[in-house]
Amino acid sequence: MALEVQIEKKLPDFELNVAFTASEEPLSILGPSGAGKTMLLRCIAGLERPDRGHVVLRDRILFDSEQNILIPALRRRIGMVFQNYALFPHRTVTENIGFGLHALPREERAARVAALIERTHLKELANRYPRALSGGEQQRTALARALAIDPEALLLDEPLSALDTHLRSQVEAQLQEVFSTYQRPALLVTHNIEEAYRLGERLLVMSRGRVAAYGPKEEIFRRPPSREVGQLTGCKNFSRARMNADGSVEALDWGCKLRVDQALSKQPAHVGIRAHHIDFMEAGKGGNAAENVFPCWLVRASETPFRETLYLRLQPPGEDTAYDLQAEVFKEKWRCFRDVPCPWHARLSPESLFLTPE
Amino acid sequence: MDWSPVWISLATSVTATAITLVVGLAAAVWRERHSGPTLALVDGIFLLPLVLPPTVVGFFLLLLFGRHGPLGQLLLHFGATVVFSWPATVIAATVVSFPLMYITARAALEQVEPGLLQAARTLGASEWRVFREIALPLAWPGVLAGTILSFARALGEFGATLMIAGNIPGRTETIPIAIYFAVEADDIQRALYWCAVDVVISLALLSGLYYWTRTQGFGRARRLAG
Repeated sequence: MALEVQIEKKLPDFELNVAFTASEEPLSILGPSGAGKTMLLRCIAGLERPDRGHVVLRDRILFDSEQNILIPALRRRIGMVFQNYALFPHRTVTENIGFGLHALPREERAARVAALIERTHLKELANRYPRALSGGEQQRTALARALAIDPEALLLDEPLSALDTHLRSQVEAQLQEVFSTYQRPALLVTHNIEEAYRLGERLLVMSRGRVAAYGPKEEIFRRPPSREVGQLTGCKNFSRARMNADGSVEALDWGCKLRVDQALSKQPAHVGIRAHHIDFMEAGKGGNAAENVFPCWLVRASETPFRETLYLRLQPPGEDTAYDLQAEVFKEKWRCFRDVPCPWHARLSPESLFLTPE
Repeated sequence: MDWSPVWISLATSVTATAITLVVGLAAAVWRERHSGPTLALVDGIFLLPLVLPPTVVGFFLLLLFGRHGPLGQLLLHFGATVVFSWPATVIAATVVSFPLMYITARAALEQVEPGLLQAARTLGASEWRVFREIALPLAWPGVLAGTILSFARALGEFGATLMIAGNIPGRTETIPIAIYFAVEADDIQRALYWCAVDVVISLALLSGLYYWTRTQGFGRARRLAG
């Protein structure tokens, strides 16, 4: 494998204890703030020393606590893009990008910097100082500077979090372009679920210093291995669950019996469904489609620009505002049934439901 | 008219400031990289010459560098005596100006964002290059301020110099000492004359340096604003 990481490090609030191997595909590291994501990157880059473990990058041992190996950051050749970009304020864009190339002869260095400036569309800004650049331009400069040293691995710490929304997609496209040609390990830390999904091929979910899930992103999003990972990947609906002898699943919190496609070898702890997977049926349409269809009552609704979030109860509403399910529907669809009196009929389709063993 | 106190004062202050700049910066960098409760004591020792009366500093230096002091004995091995010679004026001025350099340089270095130094390291820069190309340029306004303060302190040094270097006209007689002994000898004319010279030199140097750093500062700000 291209990058093998196994590190333990005591942190003030918890212990960072992470092991994974990364290939040449871009890897997204997703987790809430304070999960230890940045610390993990810093350990790989050599800016922090782990207590135990090893880091091996393309057959080069960068850190091994047993063999007492600790290669310092300056000899690791790992390109790092910092969260606030960390551009040198007293150096121009050109000088920033060329900083890591000072060992090269002048002409070669100039040629390499020029090529990177071209590639990151910074030509007009080459002689500007970082303070005179927009957030997106600073980000591109930081990326070009990290790529300049022809890094063995690329680490990006929240590369988009400091940008305005309209700039994000632009910079994201640039990152995707870089990733597509960069055939070495690329790790991207983010707390944004969509960013993690779009930019990474594989996904590593972190929580309080541990790996909560690691694998192909589609799989983790479709079948989260735990309730925690489900929540970290944006799933809103969970119920404690028990498997019946006939294979159906009893959703204890929702008070209903479900058919679930997913087979689980052991007793499930929870059953879950994503908010946008909840479907609404017209009443009375029966047949097989009536499976997993339950009457529901609206507790409250909240608006986003294009979708409506509906908080639903599976029993007739009482005094309290507790809800069982959170559903998300496009406004076009919402307009079709919002004036129909409750109960509505929500369908939790068997292929969208997932079970978690823990 | 004997101009030697002017030249001695200038030579002493310039030399002392140069030494203080290097040693003070080195101490600040070293201290920035190490932390621990015992180092608070080191900080205290570094700052002591600022607080103690110059006569006390001078007396300590005399004990250290005197004929029977540890450093004096060491120098004697090489056939050198420092006390009551021109180098003694430099030692006195260096020791009393050191705390000002140390304290300002340290504050300036602490202001440099650690992320910038780390970024430089990931780009393959050695610690020396990180210091020379990133930390020092960014801390430069503060370091320069420390240099000015040190120079001013060295130029005004009197007590410790008198203790360790004495008053040897043409060798260790700086302007402040010349003034003191002129007053002592009731030569008010001469004292006034040296006072005027001292004021003119200090004013010219300080305003010149200040102007220079300000224009430097403005130039930097303008460049950074692109």
